[in-house]
Amino acid sequence: MSEPILELSGISKRFGAVQALSEVDLRVHPGEVVALLGDNGAGKSTLVKVIAGVNPADTGEIRWEGKPVTVNRPGDAQQLGIATIYQDLALCDNLDIVANLFLGAERTSAGLLDELEMERRAQELLDSLSVRIPSLRVPVASLSGGQRQIIAIARSLLGDPKVVMLDEPTAALGVAQTAQVLDLIERLRDQGLGVILISHNMADVRAVADRAVVLRLGRNAGDFRVEDTPYEEIVAAITGAADNPVSRRAGRVTVPGSEEA
Amino acid sequence: MAQQTPVAKQEVGARDPRLIVDAASPSGLVSGALRRLRGGELGPVPVIIGLVIICVVFQSLNSNFLSPQNLSNLTLQIVSTGLMSCGVIMVLLLGEIDLSVGSVSGVAGAVLAVLAVNQGINEIAAITLAVLSGTLIGVLHGTVFAKVGVPAFVVTLAGLIGWQGVQLYLLGSDGTINVPYDGVIASLTQTYFVPWIGWLLAVGAVGVYFASTFLGERRRAAAGLPAKSVLEVAVRTVLLAIPVFGAVIVLNLWKGIPLAFLIFLGFVVVFDLMLRKTRYGRMVFAVGGNAEAARRAGINVDLIRISVFALASTLAAVGGILAASRGFAVTQSSGAGDVLMLAIAAAVIGGTSLFGGRGSAYSALLGGLVLGAITSGLYLLQMDSSVRYMITAVVLLIAVVLDAVSRRSRKAHARG
Repeated sequence: MSEPILELSGISKRFGAVQALSEVDLRVHPGEVVALLGDNGAGKSTLVKVIAGVNPADTGEIRWEGKPVTVNRPGDAQQLGIATIYQDLALCDNLDIVANLFLGAERTSAGLLDELEMERRAQELLDSLSVRIPSLRVPVASLSGGQRQIIAIARSLLGDPKVVMLDEPTAALGVAQTAQVLDLIERLRDQGLGVILISHNMADVRAVADRAVVLRLGRNAGDFRVEDTPYEEIVAAITGAADNPVSRRAGRVTVPGSEEA
Repeated sequence: MAQQTPVAKQEVGARDPRLIVDAASPSGLVSGALRRLRGGELGPVPVIIGLVIICVVFQSLNSNFLSPQNLSNLTLQIVSTGLMSCGVIMVLLLGEIDLSVGSVSGVAGAVLAVLAVNQGINEIAAITLAVLSGTLIGVLHGTVFAKVGVPAFVVTLAGLIGWQGVQLYLLGSDGTINVPYDGVIASLTQTYFVPWIGWLLAVGAVGVYFASTFLGERRRAAAGLPAKSVLEVAVRTVLLAIPVFGAVIVLNLWKGIPLAFLIFLGFVVVFDLMLRKTRYGRMVFAVGGNAEAARRAGINVDLIRISVFALASTLAAVGGILAASRGFAVTQSSGAGDVLMLAIAAAVIGGTSLFGGRGSAYSALLGGLVLGAITSGLYLLQMDSSVRYMITAVVLLIAVVLDAVSRRSRKAHARG
């Protein structure tokens, strides 16, 4: 496989007395969807914030296209080409789709907003993602949850990112809308972007992810190729089913008749 | 796969079948307009209906109401609070409120009078300094609100009381400073333009509107984007031309177009263009819609907030100067009383939402006209303030109810 575009190794992060991440590794290749899995408190969000530059890591190395980089501010991550879409989407309900897509990066000509150019670019972008929305001039409040998610993702693509991080993109969506978003994730992958997908939904992970990286209590608890790993094994890694008194004891001693216990 | 590609491309360029397309005919325009009204996009329609009802009622009670003299006075009468409304609109768009505009207009008037009359400074310099004092006050309000995090309501409530105190202090023991009748300050509201200038401005404004809209839509069509038909552009131009030319005819029957009203209109037009056509305006709407989203999009939310409060107080100061010009004096009651409520009410009656993120600068003109017409009509009927207050309150309440209902209707029709 090609060289990883983003590679984290030995990432540790401490909040006071809590070791949120210890020696975590993660790599993403271009054109690959990596699912980041883990129970609540496993450190997924902390890792996302490390990558996005919101909470820099205490120790560890981040390599971008093979070269070591420092990501200390959200701006650093954006400059490298890492786009993060948080769960709350951060859309302005009162503005239309075009305005939301270009928010903070409006195109202007002669000091005035170049609505024509922005609408044309927006149409092109959405067409390239095969996203069909009737009118780009409706306020985003009128869109469905899935369409809003898609607009949020599309907005992050205007900066030409190479890695897109999605925080639970399907958490609040219905069946059809989830399918729309998953389609979009596949299209991003086909365009050669690295995608990091944080999700609790194993069905989504199985549908689009190439690899599943599992975190448990701030440590790496497995890195699976989704295709050839049974569902149970991934769940076991997430819940730590392999790490409980029964199996620990089973590993230590062989008790005759333990099936009856 | 290779065979499917051209088909898919063709689909992309085509219009989405779910999009309702109004026929480019008169009936299509009407049905489209009706659909938008039912969806809660009332726009200026309720205000215009209200204005027509007010005019009909007062005209039937007193035939002088629609006389050119009274209407000319009306345009002058709404200028001062209208300018304050314009600033209030900016603050309302952020989803905040500025309770200090009345007091700030009073302080600016006092600064103007003290400098120009008591200190004998050049009147133009005094006007400039009075406007700047408003800007400074606004920066102060905005900074305390945005940087310290005190709710705007409280900051400007403190301003409401505090700046009135400063005004009383500046005016000193006399409490009134008269402005000379023949200076620059007085001429602001005493100047009228000869008829041909009015016609020139009206033809120019309508012409520029038609040309810019027509060319804009042509460019949209050329770029393959949905565009308004020539018919719709023409209808809109005619709808704009009727009130514009009507106003010029009526005002020319009396003394001509008042300079002060033109100043007000100028501010309204400039603010409207600023809100709709510039990055700054887009940022104001974004902060009003979702401040956190705006922050993450890289917008300096604090700076936008401070600048909006600065603009609001600046406009309040301009309003105070025009009030001083019209009254030939600055008194202890300048900017006090119902001025603040009228300024906020005009903005809301004109259609700017109290909930933030929705509105337009034209609310100041429309709302100002409604309140001005009521005031003027009741004066003609020799009713006193008690009736005026009650009627103004009812009109304000109707406007707020319409705002809340249309917001709900927009939600139900999923239009934000």
